Amino acid sequence: MMVEILIDATIRAGTSILFATLGEIVTERSGIINLGVEGLMLIGALSGFYVSHVTGNLYLGVIASFIFASLAGMIHAFITVYLRANQIVSGLALTMFGIGITALYGKKMIGIPLDGFKKISIPLLSKIPVVGVIFNQDILVYFSYFLVVALSFVLFKTRVGLKIRMCGENPAAADTAGINVFKVRFFSTIFGSGLAGIGGAYLSLAYTPMWIENMSAGRGWIAVALVIFASWYCYRAMFGAYLFGGINALQLRLQAIGTNVSAHILQMLPYLFTIIVLVIATIRLEKGAKVEPEALGISYDREDRR
Amino acid sequence: MKIRVVKRDKASKLLQIVTPFIAILLSFAFVGIFLILNGLNPILVFKDMFVESLGSFYGFSETLVKTTPLILCGLGVALAFRMELWNIGAEGQLYMGAFGASLIALFFNINNHFLMILLMFLSAVVFSGLWGLIAGFLKAKWSVNEIIVTLLMNYIAILWVDYLVYGPWKDPGGFNFPLTKQFSDVARLSYYFNTRLHTGFFIAIVLVFLFYILIEKTVWGYEIRVIGNNPNAAKYAGINYEKNVILVMFISGALAGIAGFSEVAGVTYRLQHSISPGYGYTAIIVAWLAKRSALGVLLVSFVMGVLFVGNDALQISYQLPIAFVNAFQGLILFFVISSEFFVNYKIKFGVK
Repeated sequence: MMVEILIDATIRAGTSILFATLGEIVTERSGIINLGVEGLMLIGALSGFYVSHVTGNLYLGVIASFIFASLAGMIHAFITVYLRANQIVSGLALTMFGIGITALYGKKMIGIPLDGFKKISIPLLSKIPVVGVIFNQDILVYFSYFLVVALSFVLFKTRVGLKIRMCGENPAAADTAGINVFKVRFFSTIFGSGLAGIGGAYLSLAYTPMWIENMSAGRGWIAVALVIFASWYCYRAMFGAYLFGGINALQLRLQAIGTNVSAHILQMLPYLFTIIVLVIATIRLEKGAKVEPEALGISYDREDRR
Repeated sequence: MKIRVVKRDKASKLLQIVTPFIAILLSFAFVGIFLILNGLNPILVFKDMFVESLGSFYGFSETLVKTTPLILCGLGVALAFRMELWNIGAEGQLYMGAFGASLIALFFNINNHFLMILLMFLSAVVFSGLWGLIAGFLKAKWSVNEIIVTLLMNYIAILWVDYLVYGPWKDPGGFNFPLTKQFSDVARLSYYFNTRLHTGFFIAIVLVFLFYILIEKTVWGYEIRVIGNNPNAAKYAGINYEKNVILVMFISGALAGIAGFSEVAGVTYRLQHSISPGYGYTAIIVAWLAKRSALGVLLVSFVMGVLFVGNDALQISYQLPIAFVNAFQGLILFFVISSEFFVNYKIKFGVK
């Protein structure tokens, strides 16, 4: 019983980060770093909540979160891909902008209740002892399972995926092969931003169905760290997100049963844990083969081609 | 008709100076449109902002009060930028500095004003410096991404201060507010001209000059610049990269920590919840716009100080929340980095 509760809490705490991490993997595979994830999650969370609240339809909320976060991500995509601006600074600007704009427009949404996504049990599968909880989740969680498989397939088994990865590994070669590097990077960044938005919408429509200022609370940054931990692979991102979810679930559980340790100290655990995981992952990467996209973070410029 | 982007052979000096100003003007125009869409008169809003922050002696002094932590954090971030290190953790380092200074002020019974302030200052430097050093060490030893580490450490530092002010350090007579009891008089910086302008501002100015001399006039400053321009060349020249990463991250953190010291000793006289409205994040903009130069940090900090004080006025008269300034700053940054494109490239229209 206890194990089932923990697995359930782990999945629920990890899902928003899983969406954001998958989005960042697609973006970084194309060669662009997007440090705006934190801001994009907030934009997704607020726009998703707002549209769901106005229309009464949660699905429209999720679609809105994708669209609005994509539009915000388009700023970063345009500035870094076409104007060749510094990707780190542009991403930070996007996060600042996202935090500011959502706090500004979110004021009227604070304190409004919302009926979030309900759990749907999958017949038979959800009856399996212990692991059955994996199949007793809300629709967004199922969508995240699907995305892990689908994105992994697209990135590594299709022509589109090959194009994206080529732009991240060797944009000059991709250009020579007739791939429009600018276009691929532009749309990969926009798509990744949209997924970060859905990650935010998971928070405001399913995890804690309401709008709270700054509700992503650093999850966007944790997602950026998990991309390195996952060595830019989708399945490993799932593992990483749930590892984080597990720590968070455990931390919340400890708060709930009331230990002597202060809630503030317990809340540090996910951040501390992410740093430790990042260090271990980096040491491992340093020793092993280089998996980081070769041209990650470098603007492509035809004239610099050698 | 085809549009082509061509790299300029040499970026013109004039363009380099003019474009950031045009970019900032454009961001004001953009915010103006945003204000119109929200039913506000942008001319009145901007006028209020400037009148409040620059229109009176007191307003001006308030702007300098807000400029102080921005200069200090900005110097810290700029120093790290100098060697291509991204210290995004100035916010957390400021909190650790505030913690270090408060630790002395609250628990050490010292009656000498000068000695008290000196110890608070040193304690702030040590705690915030070590806080920055952690990321530097991880970077030097295993090239762990310093952006993510410094950023996540912000959350930890803020939670640490929250733990103290909500818990063991909470003022018993403070009506349950998350703050410590007030510092005694010996632990407070002097203030001047009947305003809130305090010694911290002058410390910041001195550090601007020290920063300039250190970077531009010393051998060590030269080494830092070489590492920033070309780490490989630096290695061949026998410059110790690892040692310098650790050292720079310590000093960078300490500078932000001095901002924390100056805030608790000069402004609040106590440690409290959310002691900074994001000075550490604004410092990133400051350092970038300043092109990492000391004088630039001073100037841009002042501009951002105007924005902070102006926003306080807008909060009262137009109910625009503090977050407005965040969105505004994000926009300025977008416009400025976009404008850099036009310094380095020209666009040609024509049939090809």
